[in-house]
Amino acid sequence: MAAERQQGRQAAAAPDSLAIELRGISKSFGPVQANKDISIQVRRGSIHGIIGENGAGKSTLMSILYGFYRADAGEIYIGGRLTPIPDSQSAIRAGIGMVFQHFKLVQNFTVLENVILGAEEGRLLRPSLAKARKALADLAREYELEVDPDARIEDLSVGHQQRVEILKALYRQADILILDEPTGVLTPAEADHLFRILKGLREQGKTIILITHKLREIMEITDTVSVMRRGQMTATVQTAETSPEELAELMVGRKVLLRVDKAPAIPGRTVLKVENLRVRDENGVERLKGIDLTVRAGEILGIAGVAGNGQSELLEVLGGIARGAGSVQLNGVELDLSGKHSDGQSRRLQGIAHVPEDRQHLGMIMDFTAWENVAFGYHNEPEYQKNALLMDNEALREDTRRKMERFDVRPPDCTLAAKNFSGGNQQKLIVAREIERNPDLLLIGQPTRGVDIGAIEFIHKQILALRDAGKAVLLVSVELDEIMSLSDRIAVMFDGRIMGFRDPATTDERDLGLLMAGVDDVKGAA
Amino acid sequence: MQKMPPWADALLVPLLSLLIAFAISSVVIFAIGENPVEAMKLMVTGALGSSYGWGYTLYYATNFMFTGLAVAVAFHAGLFNIGGEGQASLGGLGVALVCLMVPWPHWSLALIGAVVCGALFGALWAALPAWLQAKRGSHIVITTIMFNFIAASLLNYLLVNMLRPVGSMDPATARFPAETNLPGLGEILGAVGIPFSTSTPANVSLFLALACCVLVWVLIWRTRLGYQIRAFGKSEKAAVYAGIRPVRITMYAMLISGGLAGMMAVNNVMGEANRLVLNSVEGAGFIGIAVALMGRSHPFGVFLAAILFGFLYQGGAELALWTKIPRELITVIQALVILFTGALDNMVRQPVEWLFARAGRGAK
Repeated sequence: MAAERQQGRQAAAAPDSLAIELRGISKSFGPVQANKDISIQVRRGSIHGIIGENGAGKSTLMSILYGFYRADAGEIYIGGRLTPIPDSQSAIRAGIGMVFQHFKLVQNFTVLENVILGAEEGRLLRPSLAKARKALADLAREYELEVDPDARIEDLSVGHQQRVEILKALYRQADILILDEPTGVLTPAEADHLFRILKGLREQGKTIILITHKLREIMEITDTVSVMRRGQMTATVQTAETSPEELAELMVGRKVLLRVDKAPAIPGRTVLKVENLRVRDENGVERLKGIDLTVRAGEILGIAGVAGNGQSELLEVLGGIARGAGSVQLNGVELDLSGKHSDGQSRRLQGIAHVPEDRQHLGMIMDFTAWENVAFGYHNEPEYQKNALLMDNEALREDTRRKMERFDVRPPDCTLAAKNFSGGNQQKLIVAREIERNPDLLLIGQPTRGVDIGAIEFIHKQILALRDAGKAVLLVSVELDEIMSLSDRIAVMFDGRIMGFRDPATTDERDLGLLMAGVDDVKGAA
Repeated sequence: MQKMPPWADALLVPLLSLLIAFAISSVVIFAIGENPVEAMKLMVTGALGSSYGWGYTLYYATNFMFTGLAVAVAFHAGLFNIGGEGQASLGGLGVALVCLMVPWPHWSLALIGAVVCGALFGALWAALPAWLQAKRGSHIVITTIMFNFIAASLLNYLLVNMLRPVGSMDPATARFPAETNLPGLGEILGAVGIPFSTSTPANVSLFLALACCVLVWVLIWRTRLGYQIRAFGKSEKAAVYAGIRPVRITMYAMLISGGLAGMMAVNNVMGEANRLVLNSVEGAGFIGIAVALMGRSHPFGVFLAAILFGFLYQGGAELALWTKIPRELITVIQALVILFTGALDNMVRQPVEWLFARAGRGAK
């Protein structure tokens, strides 16, 4: 049905009103076909959303458009003309700019230096810098893109860094701007500002392609939305004529529960009691400035906050990775925070499982196979040992196969390296590993970052099931939706402190947003 | 993603690299006015054409297996142990001391003593750089290089001032007692009815080296320690998350690495020279790096690469003996092999991957 709708609508578009047209793009990596005969038309001066689960092929498609990959087949038309894009230089020449999810900025350069990097004219920098300074001032006026041109990138907030990326593209005369998951790192206020910028750009006739997995953003800002699933374009629809439910169904290929269904919590005894917890980083900067909180059995405490306000340190010190000072009690037993008598192993033995925020750098080893990763952190478990010397790899593989089946990890091949799984399936593997240990306390950071909708639903259900089994869960997430729908209580962190606790039933996004921005807790105090 | 079948990765690519290295070597030999075909023939017959040649080839290969394994184990932990040279010389000191000071009744017991003592000395020499790396962050490449020089000076001092027999002009220890002489490969193979030259230095240590290849494979891929070493080598951050302690794994990996390097002394000091001389290692510690690189840090790869380098050593010696080609040219050939199999690996790998990708598409 979706395909017919796409046909019907797109035939109407006149060719000269198109900024980009892709025809029959295919790309495979070995046996995996990442893009299968994809055709898409993007109207000039529109905001076109592309959504799809992780591994659906969105990033591959955009990489082809930006010249990072070469398509095996298919044609690219820019402004109605056939334009081959063999490398990113050609893409820039064709007026395409890209803002990556992970910014490509030189941290110790100033904004100006970053903007001209790669676009310097002549051997001397001064004329280019002067030209860029003027151009930046114009752009800032025009699009609400204010950034101090002489600030160093490392001193800028994430939102400002993103503006620098947009400025870089505009400075290179980009008419078409591709943004890959731009709001993942932003506060709600910053995201709103970004959307205002994007709308401003659209009014000036720029074309914007927005890659995201957040349905709310798609509904809020796009004109047209294309849905990808398993390497294919399943539908292109007008945003005004669709609903989040329909989009979710198109993405996943089945009906999805967007709201989490949960029974009221039945909190029991206190499992985790944290008092005056302080953590310094390696430079001696205090990252946690006296945290007090408790998590009870059968309860999910959600920690909201903009990334980088101490949530990572909190998880790491509780998980035995970082050192700290203060008092942490698990089931009434004091935990060692000095790192002398504790590490990730001892914490696991005491009943703490930890799904880390950074799945790819902490949670697993990308070059290890799935079964090796299932042993990760549990490599000392007796069930994985054949005898005093050797590990029982066969038992481990068997256990991995069971876990993969139960958690629906695809492809169900336990000898595949972790890096060959999509983000969602990697996360399922980690969640399976940690939850199946039946821990007293689950620390879980960004459980669904970079995870597709189908897997999000599944992972949320697992977290709730653990709670309903009477376990304590400490959830850290930058996704407010996730915090609001999963948590039984919410704590908001800002600058290493807890700004206040909230009941998800009585709070709203604005209230939490103020606390996240560091505004003192008037309501809680009153 | 699998870009090419494993056999191509493990055999075809190194083989092609090797061919290119030999082709360029031929050009060099031709340029200095010798016949490259004759030279190659001489190398092959000299190193592999007789059991005498094989004896020398295998003797050198035994050295390289120990040092290659040493580097490989450290590689798996993400540590670049350049100190094989120093660790092997210290191993020599341990072997010499244990052979000279203990009245061994039989070579087999002496062998056990020498293995333990050589490994212990080598391990201890690796322990200090390892500790400095683990605790203080001093880079192990720098410290192990420095420890090579310290080892050389230390042995110089000990051999000249303490271990040299009274009246000898030679900075070397006394000969080891006859009870510690290891049976040669010729004797061993002769005993089971295989004719093999008895006048080569290859000895029972070859079997020790082969056993070490198997043991290292078991260690790395079958034990918990190996698992932790590999995890730590891939990502220290992730290892800490899993509760693997960096200090401990750094120490273990380097102790094993140093121990393997130290065991080389059983072959060259005890098996061949029967005494400890100055510079007994003769660069085998550094060749070990090339062997580990070429062998992709896999024990079987190390085994093959060690044989190759043993062949180059022995073939090169023959070349110097029978032609006007200077011995230094052998170093050039070895350097080319290292260059192409190690440093320029991608030059061969990428075209091969591309060919396989094309063939794969063609098949579909």
